[in-house]
Amino acid sequence: MTKGHASTGKPIPASPKSEDHIIVLGTTPAHERQFMDRLLSYCRRNPAFPIGLALLCFLVTFAGFGRLLWPVELAQPLSATPYLPPNAQNPFGTDTQGRDVLAVTIAGTWLTMRTGIIAAALGTVLGSALGFASGYFGGWVDNVVNWIVDVLLTVPAILILVVIAASIQGQLSSLSMAFIISLLAWRRPTRQVRSQVLVMRNMGYVDTARLSGMSGFEIIVRELVPNLLPYLVAVFVLAVSASILAAVGLQAMGLGPQNEPTLGMTVYWMMYYSAFLQGLWWWIVPPVFVIILLFVGFYMLSSGLDEFANPRLRQDIR
Amino acid sequence: MDLSRIIKRLVLTAFVFFGAATLNFFLPRFSGGDPIAERLAQLGDSGGTMSADALSAMIASYNERFGLDLPIWEQYLNYLWDMMRLDFGYSIAYFPTRVWTLIGQALPWTIGLMITTTLIAFLAGSFLGAFAVWRKNAMTGTLMPLMMVFAAVPFYLVGLLLIFFLGYQLRWFPTGGGFSPLVLPSWELDFAFNVLYHACLPAASIVLSSIGIWALAMRGMMVTVAGQDYMTFARARGLSDRRMFFSYGIRNAILPQVTTLGLALGQVVTGAILVEIVFSYPGLGNLLLQAVRGADYFTVYGIVMILVLTICFVTLVLDLIYPLLDPRVRQGAP
Repeated sequence: MTKGHASTGKPIPASPKSEDHIIVLGTTPAHERQFMDRLLSYCRRNPAFPIGLALLCFLVTFAGFGRLLWPVELAQPLSATPYLPPNAQNPFGTDTQGRDVLAVTIAGTWLTMRTGIIAAALGTVLGSALGFASGYFGGWVDNVVNWIVDVLLTVPAILILVVIAASIQGQLSSLSMAFIISLLAWRRPTRQVRSQVLVMRNMGYVDTARLSGMSGFEIIVRELVPNLLPYLVAVFVLAVSASILAAVGLQAMGLGPQNEPTLGMTVYWMMYYSAFLQGLWWWIVPPVFVIILLFVGFYMLSSGLDEFANPRLRQDIR
Repeated sequence: MDLSRIIKRLVLTAFVFFGAATLNFFLPRFSGGDPIAERLAQLGDSGGTMSADALSAMIASYNERFGLDLPIWEQYLNYLWDMMRLDFGYSIAYFPTRVWTLIGQALPWTIGLMITTTLIAFLAGSFLGAFAVWRKNAMTGTLMPLMMVFAAVPFYLVGLLLIFFLGYQLRWFPTGGGFSPLVLPSWELDFAFNVLYHACLPAASIVLSSIGIWALAMRGMMVTVAGQDYMTFARARGLSDRRMFFSYGIRNAILPQVTTLGLALGQVVTGAILVEIVFSYPGLGNLLLQAVRGADYFTVYGIVMILVLTICFVTLVLDLIYPLLDPRVRQGAP
């Protein structure tokens, strides 16, 4: 229960432990079946997985193709008449600053996803490296890493990020935000990978590798990493959603790129110009809807990946 | 009792506190920001008549007043000492006001909103989650996926939706503020109702989006507990369904939830920050937003320190009371 949705801090609920875990990937008859069959039966048992994947695919398509089909330059202020309700030229209308809301939503989805993926990639790589090292080698390395993670996990990321972002406000771009968020995005991956490695390092094949004269580094790279790869994917997905959460949260406070139409900044601007009081519903609904889809998609995907990714869950069942 | 655990927690708290203070101290100095110069330049811009000489003289005098002309290690020690006494100095934006005064005004709002909503969500969510395992029917079957959706969405987005539908479209609830603008704070019943009425939407957004988290976690625990031998035995003894549900099921399944409650209380603080901003609720979150907007660094750091301390304190208290709840921890069993 210590793992959580970094930075909102919503604790990730224990994976739905339904009793129908019993047939799992990798058990006896499974390797004989076709890959598609296994995938299908997996999806049937974990409907959250395909739903989450579909939602995210939809958003990626929306942001990716949207950029090609719709002029995203319109997301800059003063590119259209302000305060227009949805019309033929601006299907989602325009905001108080004359940005086209459709362009803002497309560009914002793109920027926000990019921020999350960069931050999470850096965080997962650094975190896994630390997690592998501290879990496998133990000793003082483990103590030091564990202490630092303990201290850092006590404080919600967003508080630290507020201090950092507030101190260098003004110079923030959506890229530099990704780097700032990655400063803290490694904490949970470290913890998660470490706890997996603690279990795996006592397994037979690791002993065999050790006896055959492999060095610790070799064992990590050639034995542990390949075995934990699915788990690392799940850790990464969780990290992306946590990073996006942190980015959108910071930006909604105004701590973000002032001249880039990210989703979080859009939320900030709509509060800044009291879009509600002015009744600009077309400015509010699309970005908020996209953010919600984004979070629900990631949440479903990562809870769907849980069984597939967690080697210990798989073992329990055997 | 487990003294070493408590000592470890205390040392950890001290580390967190020290780390946060150090970060607060060094960050602005390394990022090249000069709060006083920035603030005075802003004032100078809006005033329009200040000469460059007068400005630099003023900066020098302010720097002296805030002790910014001392060597950096001396400043650092002074700062740590101030932090230990919880002295956050003056707000830059509202100069003669001390940061503590600002925080003191905002804190009751945040605490009131947070504790109430967290407890409601905790109790209701845990009960619903447990009940969904106990009685599998169509209602609990549709409720759980719905909760999963809400659990994924951050508090403030649910808040935005509630403002939009209930506040703006239906006009059932006020869209922001802690009380009506024309009402004066007093200890009258009317004012209390006014405050409650304004708290409805912010509270609803926190409860709605966190109830699912509790429910899902509780469901996970309850599935495990329901399969235990002692449950079968309890049924064999002919205990009432109600007694089994509460004294055997919930009593055992709720323990991990209590640990999470501690973590969640800390997290709710930060979740509540954005909810307050969305609803312009007069708590710490809104104060933080104002401070960030006004480049009021001392207030920002003061708020962050207070929140960090709260979280450390709550974790400590939970560590202390946990053995009371779980006899297994008390007896030192594995």
